[in-house]
Amino acid sequence: MILEPGRAAKNYWRDLFHYRELFLILAWRDVLVRYKQTAAGAAWALIQPLMSIVVMTLIFGKLAGLPSEDGVPYAIMVCAAMLPWQFFANALSLASQSVVNNAGLISKIYFPRMIVPASSIVVSLVDFLVACSILAGLMVWYHFWPTWRLLVLPVLVMLAIAAALGPGLIVTALTVRYRDFRMLIPFVVQFGMYVCPVAYKSSLVHDKLAKKFGGKLGEKFFLLYSSNPMVGVIDGFRWAVGGNASTFYWPGFVLSVSLTVVFMFIGIYYFRKTERVFADVI
Amino acid sequence: MSDIVIHVENLSKKYILGKKGGSEGLRHAIHDFVITPLRWLKNHPIHAEPKTGGERTPVKNQKPANDFWALKDVSFEIKQGEVVGVIGRNGAGKSTLLKILSRITEQTEGRVEITGRVASLLEVGTGFHPELTGRENIFLNGAILGMSRMEIRHKFDEIVAFAEVEKFLDTPVKRYSSGMYVRLAFAVAAHLEPEILIVDEVLAVGDAQFQKKCLGKMQEVAKGGRTVIFVSHNMGTVTSLCSRALWMAEGRMHRTGPVREVINDYLSKGMASDYKTVDLSKIPRPSYVHDDRLRLESIEWLNDVPLQHGEPAVALIRFVIHGPVEGVSIGIGFSTIEGTRLLSYDTDFQDDYRPDFPEARTHSVKLAIDSLPLGPANYSLDVGCRSGDSHALDYVPAVAQVEVIPGPKTPGSIVRQDAGVRFQSCCSWH
Repeated sequence: MILEPGRAAKNYWRDLFHYRELFLILAWRDVLVRYKQTAAGAAWALIQPLMSIVVMTLIFGKLAGLPSEDGVPYAIMVCAAMLPWQFFANALSLASQSVVNNAGLISKIYFPRMIVPASSIVVSLVDFLVACSILAGLMVWYHFWPTWRLLVLPVLVMLAIAAALGPGLIVTALTVRYRDFRMLIPFVVQFGMYVCPVAYKSSLVHDKLAKKFGGKLGEKFFLLYSSNPMVGVIDGFRWAVGGNASTFYWPGFVLSVSLTVVFMFIGIYYFRKTERVFADVI
Repeated sequence: MSDIVIHVENLSKKYILGKKGGSEGLRHAIHDFVITPLRWLKNHPIHAEPKTGGERTPVKNQKPANDFWALKDVSFEIKQGEVVGVIGRNGAGKSTLLKILSRITEQTEGRVEITGRVASLLEVGTGFHPELTGRENIFLNGAILGMSRMEIRHKFDEIVAFAEVEKFLDTPVKRYSSGMYVRLAFAVAAHLEPEILIVDEVLAVGDAQFQKKCLGKMQEVAKGGRTVIFVSHNMGTVTSLCSRALWMAEGRMHRTGPVREVINDYLSKGMASDYKTVDLSKIPRPSYVHDDRLRLESIEWLNDVPLQHGEPAVALIRFVIHGPVEGVSIGIGFSTIEGTRLLSYDTDFQDDYRPDFPEARTHSVKLAIDSLPLGPANYSLDVGCRSGDSHALDYVPAVAQVEVIPGPKTPGSIVRQDAGVRFQSCCSWH
């Protein structure tokens, strides 16, 4: 093994594979520790999204009277968006804290640092899978039967992971240097929930934009809105759960997926560029 | 050469100190982000003005004054099966060297070639999670140190037996006593089987009995033909474990060679010797000194130096009280150059009198030795202070090398011999 300045990059992916066992064990640790010494335990993974869904359904669905997608109960529409959104939000906030929380490990042991934020994504994923039972419960409650499209869900989960990975890595690397991001991320997550179509359907945005700016310009603004990676993921989830297939906005989805990929590469690139000095800066 | 497992060539590591340290706030980064293009625009005007001489020099941050070379041009080789001790004062670059060898941080210049699987042990219990049980932590810590799950499962019973924590395996380690915690942590580390082991001062943990056990284990590892790099401040440990020593000073490799030669040289040059007064205030304390209510300031010999065998000696020790302390006793110790304690003097030995110091101010104590029983040789002097029977307030090991020369009563036969304690005896011949 040869160590030279700037050399670490060379066998990076092989190293990452080599350290897969550490990745698994760190992810296992994080999952195990997450709800230790809480009375409700893993039930928290259910309580949080469930409460949000109830509140959103009451306020936006009943009080404000926002329309749901055709034939889909409002609660299910919110749930289908809330699950991926909470996954994304959790992944982002856990990842941003992860390297700092593991400072001891990073300053004493070598391993590809990407393992640390990646393991927080695993933790969020476990929460997400637990929370999926809410969706199942709601579907049973409303007698809402899924179609074959539900089978696409695993692919969309992969997309959600990719969408979380990019920003997650960027934020992790930035937090190591600038702890400001520890304060910033909770805000981003809070605002993000209203920017993304969690409580409302995205076609609502389309209609409003068209009304305000006219057909052509409104269309352009809507494409911009849809380029948000999480808009793509959320719309995808709604489509898979049983939303109206005809209103699915393909150009926006394609753009959003490509942006996800771009973000992922930027994230990986930036993280790898900075991780070399983590031990010095942390 | 095939039997060289570590080859280090011109290794250097630069840190940038002060404001430009990189970890400055986000505000500065944004400021720089905004200012840099503006400055660039300023220096590259769009309207190409005729250049007036060479006065427009590019504004670049040239601040080499803040550079700090933690390591500079270090080169050495380590052969298969060698056990090398790295010695040097705090801040000499030992830890930086270890961090580069274990890939935690990257060097600025130079090249390292390593053949074989490296495991580094820079801290006992890295990654231990307080909420997890002993059993879970063994797997976690093992994986962190580079063991595979199979390996850990295979050695699990051995580790548990070594740590003596069988009964508490399913208790979260946050409920462990600190002794148990350290034992478990070391037990995992002790069962690593890499080809090259890098160890930072981790043996200074646990009680004396466990330390002995750890040392035994280390010796076993060293004898097993594995290559070990070992950093320690304890010259005794280094001498007994290592065959070769590497002396670091101010980021450079000062000297390397057979362990005894280097250590003798280090102790005679590295420490103040023959000084009448030794300033203790600036000497870095070992990491296990946590209490800062009392700090030893200086030790001064009120008699002539060098000290003489069989003659009286008086040490004046000054110390500062920063916070109220009770039951204080201060002691000095003479050790062999290798670090084996030969002789101790404590203020509370005679009458068990230990004063309290409620107020922050400077005090001093005179410690008189009737007749110094140390034979003529060089010794290393330790100064320490505790509260009550065991609580360490301050401890400064190896503050100075003390030379003891033959006194008027020293018989010729022992004038130049190995270090040792030589008492006068009362005897009657018949």
